[in-house]
Amino acid sequence: MDGFVRGRWFLPVALIFGLIFLYGPIASLVVYSFNESKLVTVWSGFSVKWYGELAHNDQILNAAWLSLQVAVASATGALVIGTIAGYVLSRFTSFRGRTLFAGMVTAPLVMPEIITGISMLLMFVGLEQAIGWPPGRGVLTIIMAHITFTLSFVAVIVQSRLAGMDVSVEEAAMDLGARPVQVFFLITLPLMAPALVAGWLLAFSLSLDDLVITAFVSGPGSTTLPLVIFSKVRLGLSPEINALATVIVTVVSMGVFAAALYQYKRSKTLG
Amino acid sequence: MSGLVKALRSRLPGRGLVIGAPYLWLAIFFLVPFLLVLKISFADSDTTIPPYTPLFTMGDDSALQITLHLDNFIRLFSDDPIYLLSYLSSLRNAAVTTVFCLLLGYPMAYAIARAQPSLRPVLLMLIVLPFWTSFLIRIYAWIGILKDNGLLNNFLIWIGMIDEPLNILNTQTAVYIGMVYAYLPFMVLPLYATLEKLDVSLLEAAMDLGARPLRAFWAVTLPLSLPGIVAGSLLVFIPAVGEFIIPTLLGGADTLTISTQLWSEFFANRDWPMASAVTVVMVALLVVPLMLLQRAQARAAEGAAS
Repeated sequence: MDGFVRGRWFLPVALIFGLIFLYGPIASLVVYSFNESKLVTVWSGFSVKWYGELAHNDQILNAAWLSLQVAVASATGALVIGTIAGYVLSRFTSFRGRTLFAGMVTAPLVMPEIITGISMLLMFVGLEQAIGWPPGRGVLTIIMAHITFTLSFVAVIVQSRLAGMDVSVEEAAMDLGARPVQVFFLITLPLMAPALVAGWLLAFSLSLDDLVITAFVSGPGSTTLPLVIFSKVRLGLSPEINALATVIVTVVSMGVFAAALYQYKRSKTLG
Repeated sequence: MSGLVKALRSRLPGRGLVIGAPYLWLAIFFLVPFLLVLKISFADSDTTIPPYTPLFTMGDDSALQITLHLDNFIRLFSDDPIYLLSYLSSLRNAAVTTVFCLLLGYPMAYAIARAQPSLRPVLLMLIVLPFWTSFLIRIYAWIGILKDNGLLNNFLIWIGMIDEPLNILNTQTAVYIGMVYAYLPFMVLPLYATLEKLDVSLLEAAMDLGARPLRAFWAVTLPLSLPGIVAGSLLVFIPAVGEFIIPTLLGGADTLTISTQLWSEFFANRDWPMASAVTVVMVALLVVPLMLLQRAQARAAEGAAS
């Protein structure tokens, strides 16, 4: 079975090489965050002092707090609209304008962010001129922009979950006289729960990480974490950013580990 | 399926509302903005707020006047070669990235698809996991690896392969490395999806008929995995054309991309109409790949449903 391409060694070696390529850079960030030297890649001794500096950097802490708030709001908004969009795509197979709708849902997945960013800014400027709302650029416009580009990811996850789901339970409920709204909230939504959690988390992390779209739609006083990181790393290496990266990697790994554990336990209890 | 679909059609009173809500949101915040970009690309830059001339004005006789400025597009294609060169360079970057992602990603996807079933979810998670950590920070990591006294040069000098540090950071090579690194998972996942479903008995039949492994791969595996190759290539190519962060952080004087051009046109020169014209042409370049992607995805969805 494993001998289809050039012996047994080629594929595993390629996979290991690829994984080193993917994880090497992240590992190097973590290792050098404990370097005492300000010159980041020149090792001069173990130290956690950059974590101390990070803990006292108000600019980074404030930006991180703002980014978390924005990400929670955006992910929640994207979850609501994206779930409806995914449900529509999966269960309403024919309605007028469905092709356009499907296109609008999938395009933001691959659309270069710089295009989405500039067009959304022009939209906000145009809206403000026409109806006086939203007033200027700031947290509100960032959240609306983030909802728009992350809801597609939620919709795609929900759609694929619904496509793989047995509809007989929903049909049975309907045959027993439940109204479609009841079926949706009592049957469909709970069955979709894992997809909803995954969708929310993905939207959250995309919002937390977004630089390009945010740069266009943010205003004075709404500097998110990626904007701060970008302005710092443009000038070169910074040991504080290494420390910050390590914190992010740790949090993400713990989150993924918890999610994997949850899925594993769930699959065991469900048999 | 059809029973539920029919029931939803006849019994859901707010069906229009359910479809309408996400439809309206996407129309207002995704579709209409493109039309606005198109409109402003025909304006002239101005010192007003917002910094462009209106397209529609009321004349003295209160007749609607439409003023279209084609200057931006003329500048794009004839006056200043920098834009044309930037477009070509961005397309080349995206194409090179796609090819290298395919060369590296195919064996990886194949290895996962042929691994023990119990191992596959773990391996897949390892491919997806970097996607969850900050893109910006992952690209930043490469600065420390590629710079003159960085990890890679130190390592190569230590093993005695080179005497002088190689100058990689702030060159086109660094941009390619960063792009392949960032977009590799987008190639591996769709490739895995098709390779995993591949019917192994076809390969066994080819081998029974005397085909050697490499020939069986070329004649059977590769053609059958074509949908995955197409989907993966488009998922890499389309965003790669507009990539901004990687050329900005890893590129140098010889790196020319349309997104960095657009960025400076917008933020440094504050020429919104010109930036809009640059965007319009970029969208036009991506229309065909986007349509191909949607067709590929629709076909994949049909395949999954049947």
